[in-house]
Order: sequence, then C-alpha cells, then structure tokens
Amino acid sequence: MTTPALSVQNVSHSFGAFRALDDVSLTVPRGSFTALLGVNGAGKTTLFNLITRLYANRSGVIEVAGHDLRRDPGPALRRLGVVFQSRALDADLTVQQNLMYHAALHGIPRSKARARVVEVLAQVDLSDKAGAKVSALSGGQVRRAEISRALIHRPELLLLDEATVGLDVKSRAEVLSLTRWLIAEQGVSALWATHILDEIAPSDRLVILHRGRVLFAGLARDAADGDLTRAFLELTGVPA
Amino acid sequence: MSASGMSGWWVAFAGISRRETLRFVNQRGRFLAALVRPLVWLFIFAAGFRAVLGLSITAPYQTYVLYEVYVTPGLCAMIQLFNGMQSSLSMVYDRETGAMRTLLVSPYPRWFLLASKLVAGVIVSIIQVYTFLLIAWFWGIHPPLAGFLAVLPALLLSGLMLGAMGLFLSSAIRQLENFAGVMNFVIFPMFFASSALYPLWRMRESSVLLHDICALNPFTHSVELIRFALYLQVNWLSLGVVLGCLALFFGGAVLMYDPGRGLGIRRKGG
Repeated sequence: MTTPALSVQNVSHSFGAFRALDDVSLTVPRGSFTALLGVNGAGKTTLFNLITRLYANRSGVIEVAGHDLRRDPGPALRRLGVVFQSRALDADLTVQQNLMYHAALHGIPRSKARARVVEVLAQVDLSDKAGAKVSALSGGQVRRAEISRALIHRPELLLLDEATVGLDVKSRAEVLSLTRWLIAEQGVSALWATHILDEIAPSDRLVILHRGRVLFAGLARDAADGDLTRAFLELTGVPA
Repeated sequence: MSASGMSGWWVAFAGISRRETLRFVNQRGRFLAALVRPLVWLFIFAAGFRAVLGLSITAPYQTYVLYEVYVTPGLCAMIQLFNGMQSSLSMVYDRETGAMRTLLVSPYPRWFLLASKLVAGVIVSIIQVYTFLLIAWFWGIHPPLAGFLAVLPALLLSGLMLGAMGLFLSSAIRQLENFAGVMNFVIFPMFFASSALYPLWRMRESSVLLHDICALNPFTHSVELIRFALYLQVNWLSLGVVLGCLALFFGGAVLMYDPGRGLGIRRKGG
C-alpha cells in the first residue's frame, strides 16, 4: 500500500480550556486534491499550524510522506510546501529575492536555486515579475508568488490555507486551476482548506471539519449524493 | 535538490544573512540613524562634557584621556544595543506580517534558525561599529592600531549577547506598538545605568546603590569588554558576564520560540 502524502491520526489541540481540535483523523492520498471544508473557526488553521509544526503536536500522530512530524521533523517539513492564509512574503524584497531566501531555508545552493526560481515563476506565469517588489504586486499575483515559494523545494504535499481569500473571481479561478494543474502535471498532492463550496469538484476528496471535529471524510460526490450545500447544512447546521 | 550535510546548513545560514543584509541595505535611513546617533554623542555631548567631567587614570588607559576617548567604547556598545533591539523589532514585524512563518517552517532546527538570524544581525552591527570607529579616528580618537583587530572578538560576543537579549524580548512582545515600552524600560535604563558614559568609580561617589546597579548591568560588561579589547587587554570578569548572559538570553529565546509554547506565531483561528 502506498504511503499517503499526509496522515493525521487522533490529533487533538486545546488553547487553555478551549478545545480547537478534537480527535481529528484524515489522510491525503498521493496525487489527490483534498478539500478541507469548514466555516471560520472550525479549526482548519490550527490543524495547519500543527502540520507545519508552528504549534507542537502533543496528542496523536502526524506523518508527512511517512515521516513522523514529532520524531523526524526535518524530513517531514522538507516534503511540505505551505501557502498560508495571510501573506508570508517579505513585501520589501523582490519576488526573486523572496524565492531565493526560501530556497536557502531549504538548503538549496544558489546556483540550483536560480534555475529553480526561473522554473517555478514560469509555472505560475509570473516570469515578468521576478524583479518586482512584492508590495507592487496585485492580490492574485501575490498568491501566485506564494504558490511558487511553496513549490521551490519540490514538495510532495502542498498545504493551502484559504488560498483564495480576498481574491477577485478571476484570480480565484486562476489559483484553483493552477493547483489542480500542479497535481495533474507535477504529481504533488494538495490539502486545500476552504469555506467556499464552489471550489470543490465532485471527484475531489472532502473532509468536513466543524468545531474541531471531522464530520465527513470521503469523496465529495458521496456527500448527500453530491449536493454539498445540503450535506454541509445537515452535518453542521450552518448554511454554507 | 537540497545540499547534503553541513553544506545545507551553510546555505541556510548564508540565505538568512543575505536577507538581513538586503533589508539593511534597502533601509538606508536605518544605517544613517545607526551612525548619526553615536556621532551626535561623540561630537556634541562628549565635546560639551569634556570640560565638566574630569577623569583620573582608569584601566585600561595608561594615562589621562579625554572624555571623547573614554566614551567611544560605550558608543560602540550603544550601536550594538540599538542594533540588537532593531533585530528584535524586525522579529516582531516579521511575526505581525507573517514572514516569520516562512522561517519557522524550514526543515532546520529552530535553535539553528534563531542563531543564524542572531549572527546575521551581529555582522551588520559590526560593520556599523567599524564605520563609526573610522569616523571617530578623524575626530582624534586613536586607539592602538592592533586594537581594531583585537576588538573584533569582543564586538562579536557583545553583539551576540545584546542580540540574544533582543531575540528573547521579541518572543515576549506581542505587537509592534509595545515596542515603545522596550525603549523606555530596557534601552535607556541599560545605557544610562552603565559605564558607557561615566566610570563606575564616579557612580559610587554619587550613589553606592546606583554603582551596584551599574556593576550588575550586562551592558556595562559589554562596554568594558570592548574598551579593554580596544586597548589590547582582556577584562576577564566582563568576558565571563557577557558569555553567561549570552547563554542565558539565547537559551531563553530558544525556549520561548519552541513550538510547544506556541509563541513563535500569534494564535489565530480558522
């Protein structure tokens, strides 16, 4: 059996008395687009912070491509590419300088990094913006630059935390189709956190997270016979 | 794709240093401010107090020295103190803007990432100090030429200690707005209650308590380490205090940025 790109087993996390995640288990199979659906406050970002080791995981097991995050954090993080909910690029530096910095943080020598920057910027159609400061980019361009940053070290798993928030309809569609293209053409896997039902296709894997608990995990088409709005309402009691 | 073994660590360190340098170069005003501040003290304050503050022979000086000569090592340490706080400010800014997360999700251990950031900041501060010493030379501050080389390890240790203190403070500061408090409660008391502007024996003349506070201040030992090194001597007590405080502050910073404490980033739901 192939090791999944991500395996989260029985993970809980609390902030004081508030239980943000309660016995969460999910898997992201290799080469899949897995949507993590939940309203604001469902626990998506907390889960992402645990997977990226920004928070320490104290219960359950998180494995990235078979590497236990707690016992083997280096190899696990090396296989992760992350697009955070809010901007994580340095606005005072150019796109290229940001990407070179991120490549260095993954130990990629400068000669290889330069070539890789050209490659990933072409993939996200930002080649002409390599020398532009991040502060001069539009919202959609910043998102694409964030994705190129996450791709620079050739990760096996992409984590995208509400990557389309704040984007116009056109930019949203571009970011989503870019992610699907990367899965189809580059063989990466993606965990796509969202609260927007339109972004989920029937053939996608779907995990519904609500108040820190997984309410559904399976193919999107299997949730209420593909009627995601009804499924979400029935499971959470919250209109999507 | 990543470099293997130690070379990967070196690539990561060089990348962090390069980013700090780029940020510094992009902020020319910061470089200017870092230079103007001690120069104002040297050109105006020290010149004004030259006649008021008489100094008897004090180690490491072999003879009477002008007040400008006495105050120069303190101003070198002041550059490093402000640089350490500037690094701390940049950590808080990175945390507020989200850029910090890019650093923290690197596969390298967190202590190494923090140490790299610390060393990168110290390199910048040493460049500032040498520029200041060069200008001071033309103002008549002439330590032994070999002192310029001998002071390098002292500047490195002093910069690391003050930078580590900034790093430790940055872990506790939640918002940029709180930084004004650091200026009022950390930088100014540390600078004025030290041997940067007056020798400790002068402090004792006015208040024994104040003298004791100054003697316990780690910044005093940064100043004295630099002062003695600039005149080709080692102040062993100051060396010990600086090394001890470096270990304490850096250990505290690593502990505070540990993911188990969750202080590296702000808690945000979603």
